[in-house]
Amino acid sequence: MIKKTVAIVISLVLIAGAALAVSLNGAGATFPYPIYVKWNKMFADKTGTQVNYQGIGSGGGIRQFAAKITDFGGSDAPMTEKQMSDAGGDILHIPTVMGAVAVSYNLPGVKGLRLDQDTLGRIFLGRIKKWDDPAIAALNPGADLPSKSVLIAHRSDGSGTTHIFTSYLAKVSTAWAAEVGAGSAVSWPTGIGGKGNAGVAGVIKGNEGAIGYVELSYAISNDLPVVSLKNRSGKYVKPSIASTTAAADGALGSSKLAKQIAAGDFRLDLTNAPGKDSYPIVGMTWILVRQKLADAEKGNALKNYLKWALTEGQQYAGSLLYAPLPESMADKVLRLINSIEIE
Amino acid sequence: MRSNKAIRSGDAAFKAITLVFAASIPLLLFSLIAVLLFWAWPAIRHFGWGFIFSSAWDPLADNYGALPFIYGTLMSSLIALLIAVPLGLGCAIFISEIYRSKTREYIALMVELLAAIPSVVYGLWGIFVLAPFSAAYIQPALKSAFGFLPFFQGPTSGPSLLTGGIILAIMILPTITALSREVLQAVPYSLRESAMALGATRWETFKTAVFGPARSGIIGAIILGLGRALGETMAVTMVIGNRPQVSASVFAPAYSLAAVIANEFAEAGTELNLAALIELALVLLIITIAVNGLARYLVWQTTLKS
Repeated sequence: MIKKTVAIVISLVLIAGAALAVSLNGAGATFPYPIYVKWNKMFADKTGTQVNYQGIGSGGGIRQFAAKITDFGGSDAPMTEKQMSDAGGDILHIPTVMGAVAVSYNLPGVKGLRLDQDTLGRIFLGRIKKWDDPAIAALNPGADLPSKSVLIAHRSDGSGTTHIFTSYLAKVSTAWAAEVGAGSAVSWPTGIGGKGNAGVAGVIKGNEGAIGYVELSYAISNDLPVVSLKNRSGKYVKPSIASTTAAADGALGSSKLAKQIAAGDFRLDLTNAPGKDSYPIVGMTWILVRQKLADAEKGNALKNYLKWALTEGQQYAGSLLYAPLPESMADKVLRLINSIEIE
Repeated sequence: MRSNKAIRSGDAAFKAITLVFAASIPLLLFSLIAVLLFWAWPAIRHFGWGFIFSSAWDPLADNYGALPFIYGTLMSSLIALLIAVPLGLGCAIFISEIYRSKTREYIALMVELLAAIPSVVYGLWGIFVLAPFSAAYIQPALKSAFGFLPFFQGPTSGPSLLTGGIILAIMILPTITALSREVLQAVPYSLRESAMALGATRWETFKTAVFGPARSGIIGAIILGLGRALGETMAVTMVIGNRPQVSASVFAPAYSLAAVIANEFAEAGTELNLAALIELALVLLIITIAVNGLARYLVWQTTLKS
């Protein structure tokens, strides 16, 4: 009797084990974590494939992926050529969703602040020290700008948001490019560091005259005042899902990016994109996979997951405050996913 | 009846087992240092002793130094002690020596409850309540009263070294209070009675009969509090301003060792960046060991005297 029961239990465990055999592990960026969790659940319900994703940060995601600890990585900042060759080469960047970086501020009585590229750069470099500076006043006629000191709030933790924001500043300000540069963590010329979006928002809220940057989704869900930024067409645009998608559409029109995409390289820099409705500080997040996969079962599951994420999965982006990829780009990414070889 | 041999072998086994347990603690410490040394080696080789004295922290240029973080850690802990020691000791003395009523148990309980609050909660409270309050009231008051000292000059800001010190003070207060109270209450009541019988006032009784025997225990309580202050991460990073600089003013933003490790570890890109962060961890470990060593020395000194 006991023997029989044990046999049944063992066979049940084996059956259950076989049904759950395919599971994929990924780790990396925290920015796309909410939508990856949603995707993982939907995909598991649909196909039985378990996908696990841990939001440990882009840097850690790249390290674990390079060391082959995970099946895929997640990153808000593209891997450099050196990182890719150190990790064994043949690595694909699969863009999944897009986001924007909003510039938020605390000036009671000043609504709809407008800034252009040069002024924003000089504020964050610490060259513009007071809010009633002529450069800001010229962009905001009629606004009652106080003679308060400018306090910069930035992320203290390494972050993809910082990467996108500093990439934009380095692009539009030669002084920023020369003195600071672009990266997930930089040496800030001035200001106070807050941990995470909440930390930066806390510094802004607690200090009159503060200005800083947060993820668009955080700015929307917390109803923070945001700066309208002048884009390449000279129009002032507020950050939103729509102006993020517009920026991606605009960027895809440029011949430089078209060439990059044709070469299968989706490490696209979407900041300062052309187009009259484009918000200038926009970026994407990537899933990192190897071009050649040895394990057929896992490889096919991963390909199916990515394909599903780029098609059906995209509809969940909006409700979680991400911008979905433009369809024309998603089609090209699907072709890249199909090029993954199973050995 | 068991033979002598069996008893002896039992003793030997007992000795061996306890030896393994006892050895595992120093072994753990040494392996911790060894692992940190191993991972920090690229930074140690690259920067040498200059790492300790450099104020640079630029992940893009791959140039790192520890000075602002060491300064921030030591100064914020010092501020915390300056606030928490008088407050915590005062509270402990009041509860154990002066307010001898039933309700003192509730006061003690409330102080100890402070220790149960997770540090991230302190951090969020700090950033939304304490930091604005510090900028609006505490710092201007200090500035007008002690503005002639360099520590209280310069522009004020919510997240700052001072605010970091205050939040640490609140966090180590329960440790200092609870332990000091236990130590004070452990002093035999007969000692107090003898002092009073000799005509001593309450203050004289405390000074001569209670504080003396309790002194080494109180120093231990303060050092335990300091240990928590040195290593505290989440709450500090929320309110210290996270700016790697050495500034005389306590109103200026600063940075601590534990905070920068927590902030940058996950996204550290280059090998040198990672190694520099791990070297910071090594520095923090050494500071903690040094502080504890000093504490042992102090306790030992005071016990010898009395």
